[in-house]
Amino acid sequence: MSVTTQVQAVKSTNGNRAKSDLSVKIKAENLNFFYGRSQALHNISLEIPQRQVMAFIGPSGCGKSTFLRTMNRMNDTIPGARVEGTMLIDGQDVYTLGTDVVSLRRKVGMVFQKSNPFPKSIFDNVAYGIRINKMSESKSDLEGRVEKALTDAALWAEVKDRLKTSALGLSGGQQQRLCIARALAVQPEVLLMDEPASALDPIATQKIEELVVELKQNYTIVIVTHNMQQAARVSDRTAFFWLGKLIEVNSTEKIFTNPDQKLTEDYITGRFG
Amino acid sequence: MAVAILLIILGYIAVRGITSINFEFLTDTPKPVGEGGGIGNAILGSLIMILLASVIGMPIGIAAGVYLAEFGDNWFGKFIRFITDTMTGIPSIIVGIFVFTLIVLPMGRPSAWAGGVALALIMIPIVARTTEEMIRLVPSSLREGAFALGAPQWRVTTGVVLPAAAPGIATGAMLAVARVCGETAPLLFTALGSRFYVYYLDQPMASLTVQIYNYAIGPYDVEHKMAWAATLVLMTLILLTNIAVRYLTRKKY
Repeated sequence: MSVTTQVQAVKSTNGNRAKSDLSVKIKAENLNFFYGRSQALHNISLEIPQRQVMAFIGPSGCGKSTFLRTMNRMNDTIPGARVEGTMLIDGQDVYTLGTDVVSLRRKVGMVFQKSNPFPKSIFDNVAYGIRINKMSESKSDLEGRVEKALTDAALWAEVKDRLKTSALGLSGGQQQRLCIARALAVQPEVLLMDEPASALDPIATQKIEELVVELKQNYTIVIVTHNMQQAARVSDRTAFFWLGKLIEVNSTEKIFTNPDQKLTEDYITGRFG
Repeated sequence: MAVAILLIILGYIAVRGITSINFEFLTDTPKPVGEGGGIGNAILGSLIMILLASVIGMPIGIAAGVYLAEFGDNWFGKFIRFITDTMTGIPSIIVGIFVFTLIVLPMGRPSAWAGGVALALIMIPIVARTTEEMIRLVPSSLREGAFALGAPQWRVTTGVVLPAAAPGIATGAMLAVARVCGETAPLLFTALGSRFYVYYLDQPMASLTVQIYNYAIGPYDVEHKMAWAATLVLMTLILLTNIAVRYLTRKKY
């Protein structure tokens, strides 16, 4: 009981939970996913509320990343990949024929496991999405958007004097925050994060985690993580995947203190995985 | 060992060639034996035809390479890849004969155009394959990053993949230029050679390699000296282009 109260206390200080409305942003219904003949996801049904952090946990190869990537159709490029079922974002199925993948991806931003800055300057990296989507009206508007994105990604103070230098000269943690800034620059509504801190040291990881908590005031965040402590620290709700199936989804405190499923408990307590 | 042999060759050419090089040699046109003369028109001709070949060959080669790397995983891509590999192996004199029948015969005379096209045909497969290799080396995470921002395929290719592969592509293009710089056989049939400064692309044009050939097979020692000197000039030109491209395509980021 005392653990639960503590978790709640933490949530109410940094979460602003009262402000965030709980309407459903992303909803998967009976989603199946196939790589050629092998089925990677089995009948996943899941709702992700707006302006919350949803964490996906589970052992490697359990389908967390695959499921994440169905949300912005990043699996489209994989030969032989096939989706069945529906994936609704704001009530619209992203897999219907008329879906504009470009505007979907603008709305659903993504940060990858390995930071992948373009071999361009810091400024051009953040400006890339803005230019692609023709979002800025003038040079000063563009500069303002870049500054805002970098500020939101908690990177502005560190790079403001060297915007024209190469993004590849940044440290690993800074590169990852740059990638977050790049994703934020196109003003998405949802941010998908595929193990964003797995290649980073503890200090850089902490910065990313603080950022996630900060960003959920404005964005719906889905984060895939191998690190259960990380899921416990940053997320409001947690989904546990196992062998391509969604075993349990619950509020993070419930998953980590009193999960409904035996399998979840075994995984959390380290009996497998 | 390999470097030693290379240095010996370079050094020998430099020693044999340097004595005959002077301003007149670099600017004058060939004259009858014993009256001096130079290779100015040959230098200009080589530069014009290599430029012509680059203008024709590089866009085609790079476009083909991009196609092969980004969309080439089908039967058509395999076919094109097979063709380029075969083209790389074709002896250059065959290219010369091909262009001779294709352009020289219909036009009725050898020309710089024909020479340029012949050189371009040699360049295209080299540029195409190196471009493909270099584009394949671009990490897929970069592509994904751009796709995730809502970029369509063509913007990903032109805005992210090509710039990331540019230094490698430039190196490949350089290799191709260096290769055609030294080609003699395809120019014998197509551009033929000339004793004058020629500024029209539909006229026969002199080139360094053909000039070297002509001097080298000449009976007089003076001519052999000029051949050595012209070889040195050719080598220096290739070296300079290499350095220039290295400098222009050095890693900015």
